[in-house]
Amino acid sequence: MAGRAPRQPARGRNARVAERNRRLTAKLAAAALLMFGFGFALVPLYDVFCEITGLNGKTGRAEAETLAARVDASRWVTVEFTGSTAQGLPWEFRPMQKKLRVHPGQTTVANYYVRNTAAEPIVGRAVPSVTPGAAAAHFKKIECFCFSEQTLRPGEAREMPVRFVVDPELAAGVATVTLSYTFFNTDPAQAKRYGGDGQAPVVDHDQHRAHAGPAAAGG
Amino acid sequence: MAQAQAHHDEHPTGISRWLFTTNHKDIGTLYLILSLIMFFVGGAMALVIRAELWQPGLQIVDPHFFNQMTTMHALIMVFGVVMPAFVGFANWQIPMMLGAPDMALPRMNNWSFWILPFAFTLLGSTLFLQGQGGAPSAGWTLYPPLATQGGMGTDFAILSIHMLGISSVLGAINIVVTILNMRAPGMTLMKMPLFVWTWLITAYLLLAVMPVFAGAVTMLLADRHFGTHFFDAAGGGDPVLWQHVFWFFGHPEVYILILPAFGLASQIIPTFARKPLFGYDSMVYASASIAFLSFIVWAHHMFTVGMPAAGELFFMYATMLIAVPTGVKVFNWVSTMWRGSMTFETPMLFAVAFVFLFTIGGLSGLMLAIAPADFQYHDTYFVVAHFHYVLVSGAIFAILGGTYYWLPKWTGHMYNETLGKWHFWLTAIGFNLAFFPQHFLGLAGMPRRIPDYALQFTEFNQWSTVGAFILGFAQLLFVYVVWQAAKGGQKATSQVWEGADGLEWTLPSPPPYHSFATPPKIK
Ligand code: HEM
Ligand SMILES: [Cu+2]
Repeated sequence: MAGRAPRQPARGRNARVAERNRRLTAKLAAAALLMFGFGFALVPLYDVFCEITGLNGKTGRAEAETLAARVDASRWVTVEFTGSTAQGLPWEFRPMQKKLRVHPGQTTVANYYVRNTAAEPIVGRAVPSVTPGAAAAHFKKIECFCFSEQTLRPGEAREMPVRFVVDPELAAGVATVTLSYTFFNTDPAQAKRYGGDGQAPVVDHDQHRAHAGPAAAGG
Repeated sequence: MAQAQAHHDEHPTGISRWLFTTNHKDIGTLYLILSLIMFFVGGAMALVIRAELWQPGLQIVDPHFFNQMTTMHALIMVFGVVMPAFVGFANWQIPMMLGAPDMALPRMNNWSFWILPFAFTLLGSTLFLQGQGGAPSAGWTLYPPLATQGGMGTDFAILSIHMLGISSVLGAINIVVTILNMRAPGMTLMKMPLFVWTWLITAYLLLAVMPVFAGAVTMLLADRHFGTHFFDAAGGGDPVLWQHVFWFFGHPEVYILILPAFGLASQIIPTFARKPLFGYDSMVYASASIAFLSFIVWAHHMFTVGMPAAGELFFMYATMLIAVPTGVKVFNWVSTMWRGSMTFETPMLFAVAFVFLFTIGGLSGLMLAIAPADFQYHDTYFVVAHFHYVLVSGAIFAILGGTYYWLPKWTGHMYNETLGKWHFWLTAIGFNLAFFPQHFLGLAGMPRRIPDYALQFTEFNQWSTVGAFILGFAQLLFVYVVWQAAKGGQKATSQVWEGADGLEWTLPSPPPYHSFATPPKIK
């Protein structure tokens, strides 16, 4: 800098500065574009992060072999149940037991009650979430009404089971695990009346991608 | 070239001067005027909020409109007042402070300004669409599921955010290129005035996070209309993901809103303490470390979403770490004043109040950074008090002080010092009356963004409302003082202030249309 004579002919200096400006502008614009892409990349990064760490209420799904798992009779875990419906869905939905005490490794069945209070059939799907988030990976559902859509005729009521195992690997400090479900309308044609955007939920069968329900999002 | 030069100097008048201008001073003026207008629009919304909160129960507006007011107030103050004001200062001052003739990319400069009036018209028009759900009402943080459910106001907000983002990114590019390429010979980086330094860092922050925000609102728009489920639990998405992406932008954004204010304070205080800035190098390094750290603290806004303990601890300690460089700055400003021959003209009053009140905001920030305590404070008026101490008595006070500081340079006239002082004191008293009680309201459990409240909160809310109205109406005085100085008055010298130091003070007041046609000699 200091070496440059202040009285260069204006043309030479201006042209050179203009060229440097153009090059730097291009670089900075590229950086901004890159960051725009990075914003989208945060989505898969976040999913991978949650999968590796088992954070954020993703619940595991186990196959029947887990039935043979070792039961840790020396330990009790309390499993609490909650259920709610998304805004607009005219269903009555609640767990039939508030909580159960189970041994890790022991297969247990809990039941939920659901009733369609509308005058027409509605298709819904329940999205599960487990808290504390760190326990979610160790909460395995073997059979669940959330694995498929539920269609209820007008006024129809139903009892729905969820069969689960709490993995003995569950961290020693965790004494209570809460399983919660939110029911969403999935029929696009009825989205105006019953909420949801009517898109069929994508439920990944190895690992439910549905993490926190809206209730959890409120903090 | 001669032709180009002649073209450059031609000086259109009337409206086309402002529409087609590529001159850094004209564009700076446009930014500042826009910011001032939006200050009153956003301020009027704040007064609607405070009027409704005068007493418990619902009196003036319905809750949905109240939510529109809180959302629009924040969006306008952040994107329409503080950011454009800083860009206005950058346009006026950076070329003068560096000994450059103009900004590096004058035509892009024109474009980045003229996007803004359209963006704010789009955003503001939603207020007239009450039949379609009105303005966005999910809060400036646009959290789903609320933000995916609202009426078309949210779509308008998303599109205007895209426009604001483009404007900011273009502005940031221009500022970086100007600072790196247009300095007069001899103006090394470590000789640059601190205002220029803080803007260089801010511009990099803008380039890094505005595009991420643009990406985030694009996903929100897709969730709303194109059947994606990024943030929709029913479709396998995750509303908490939004919070992570938003705050990855949002926390650096709050530093975008304060770093140039740090720069302004660092120009004003040495002038009126008649001493060089204490610890210049450490100021530069502190600003850079604040900017760096701002990328790794975002989840302190979401301590309550159910993070694992390791996450809570990481974000808690990282957040507290920011207090260290911030503290360095505060101590440097105080040391600059220490044993200085201080005088208290209006710019200095604002700058001293800035140091004092911003520190209170920093301290309440530290309280919020304590994860277990934040479970209590989160989403209460304590947070509202915190960010108004850092944003109003931080950013806005610095902007007002900076305006008084350079107004004689810009207009060529001294402003009315008596009225300036009145403006300062009314602003300072109104501000503290409005926001100090909110700390207590929050600690006692009053939630934010709610139009009604429990009876026991009435008295402090009334203090707050009275303060807010004093603060709001005091700003009319500011407009009058600026108007008066723009029209005429006592002629200002080149130096303006006895202790002023820097290249801009070597130019006449007002400065020539093209600042430094030939580069100045740097000592
Ligand atoms: C010592 C420095 C600071 C610390 C430790 C700090 C810490 C925090 C924390 C922990 C929160 C979240 C509170 C909650 O929602 O529960 C918060 C909120 C906030 N802070 Fe700060 N802060 C600091 C400085 C600043 C500065 C300089 C600004 C801007 C100029 C700022 C603007 C905000 C805003 C706007 C919010 C609220 C965002 C919202 O939820 O709408 N803070 N701060
Ligand atoms: Cu933050």
